[in-house]
Amino acid sequence: MFGLIPFFRSTIGKKVLMAVSGVLLFAFCVEHVTGALLFLKGPGAINGYGRLLHYSAALIWFFRAGLIVAAVVHVTFATLLYFQELAARPVGYRNRRYLRASYAARTMKYSGPFLLAFVIFHLAHLTWGYNVVPGPFIAGDIYANMLNGFRTGWVALVYVGAVSLLGLHLLHGTHSMFESLGLRHRRVESLLFGFARVAALAISVGLALAPAAVFLRMIGG
Amino acid sequence: MNLVLMVWRQENARTVGHMQRIEAKDISPDMSFLEMLDVVNQRLTVAGQSPITFDHDCREGICGSCGVVINGVPHGPQPGTTTCQLHMRHFRDGQVVVIEPFRARAFPVIRDLMIDRSAFDRVIAAGGFITSPTGSAPDGNAMLVSKGAADAAMDAAACIGCGACVAACPNASAMLFVGAKVSHLGLLPQGRPERWSRVHAMVAAMDAEGFGGCTNYLECTAVCPKNVSPDFIGRLNRDLIGAVFLARPRVASTEAG
Repeated sequence: MFGLIPFFRSTIGKKVLMAVSGVLLFAFCVEHVTGALLFLKGPGAINGYGRLLHYSAALIWFFRAGLIVAAVVHVTFATLLYFQELAARPVGYRNRRYLRASYAARTMKYSGPFLLAFVIFHLAHLTWGYNVVPGPFIAGDIYANMLNGFRTGWVALVYVGAVSLLGLHLLHGTHSMFESLGLRHRRVESLLFGFARVAALAISVGLALAPAAVFLRMIGG
Repeated sequence: MNLVLMVWRQENARTVGHMQRIEAKDISPDMSFLEMLDVVNQRLTVAGQSPITFDHDCREGICGSCGVVINGVPHGPQPGTTTCQLHMRHFRDGQVVVIEPFRARAFPVIRDLMIDRSAFDRVIAAGGFITSPTGSAPDGNAMLVSKGAADAAMDAAACIGCGACVAACPNASAMLFVGAKVSHLGLLPQGRPERWSRVHAMVAAMDAEGFGGCTNYLECTAVCPKNVSPDFIGRLNRDLIGAVFLARPRVASTEAG
């Protein structure tokens, strides 16, 4: 009989951990969109939102701890599964044709590492305030920091590119996580695919609006 | 019709293989793919060359012995069809046909296109059985099976264990095969007593063979000659999660009395 440790060492258990951490990271993406949209409302809205998040140090660190654990689990088990999959087919095909595997599904192993690199860049830019972009960083003034960053062309392009990649990642991940939890059934399949499409599009567009608006000089002149 | 075959040739499991170009002239479009290989092999033998080794048995699409990757697709271009039931009319005159063995660490090449699928046998041996009293035949209708369960179990039982799902999966995962076997027995009352222990044992055996994980590409179901539904992968996931988190530990000594 499986205990919990052997379960999470099994292929299915690893995918369950990917799915559960994926659900948490997905929920964070949804929450992050609301934050990003407040930027469009103006400095008062987004900075007030920032103060609300920081209202209690215990509370924000509770959520941060959850996110860090989810991210570490997601990346760790993705890496383990990736190497398992590499080992599972030591000699590849000379000629390979895909019938159903979507572009999003086949690029998960590439979009994942790019997103991790972007998250580190994004934290360095807007949370830690490192000088990764031109211009000063003002602690607590989220609006000014975003505006300042996105005014530089390449920064805005990096953000728009990364959230588009996130959309691609979510296009497969959002239904795949339900399927890894055993919720695959033909009765809910189209529902899950539909939900994945809408969620991926909404999240990537929602996050792209702020950098795109600044880049196009629709905000901040 | 005339074809150009690009065939994987490999002396044995220890040698390095290569692709060989073989002209296949005057092939009848009414031949099956394996009959075409038979004709090619006859000519190779007459010419003093070694014939192409490939696996086959029933040649009527039910045994699961045959199976090669044809132009990048296990069992070739015709959906829901084994290699032996694929006919040459689905190819164009003059077409280049690339033929490779199913590729997975768990399926080592024995020679040319023939692979060792014992890994599937070991997965079956781990849990593909039921406990049933021997002796007189059971009474008819003593054990009721709902129409839905009977249909679903039959759909799962359609799996012939050919290994095309593994061959097609970019991760070389055996989840569709194991899902079909676990569901086929677990859906029926006769297989219920071992439902949780079976899924444990078969998943452990699957992992021990070195198959990859399921990342929901759905390539398996697209090439499956029996169109086994990926719903059975969902059921496999549910059963293992259920076995770990819901099943009560079974202690033999207390249940014996």
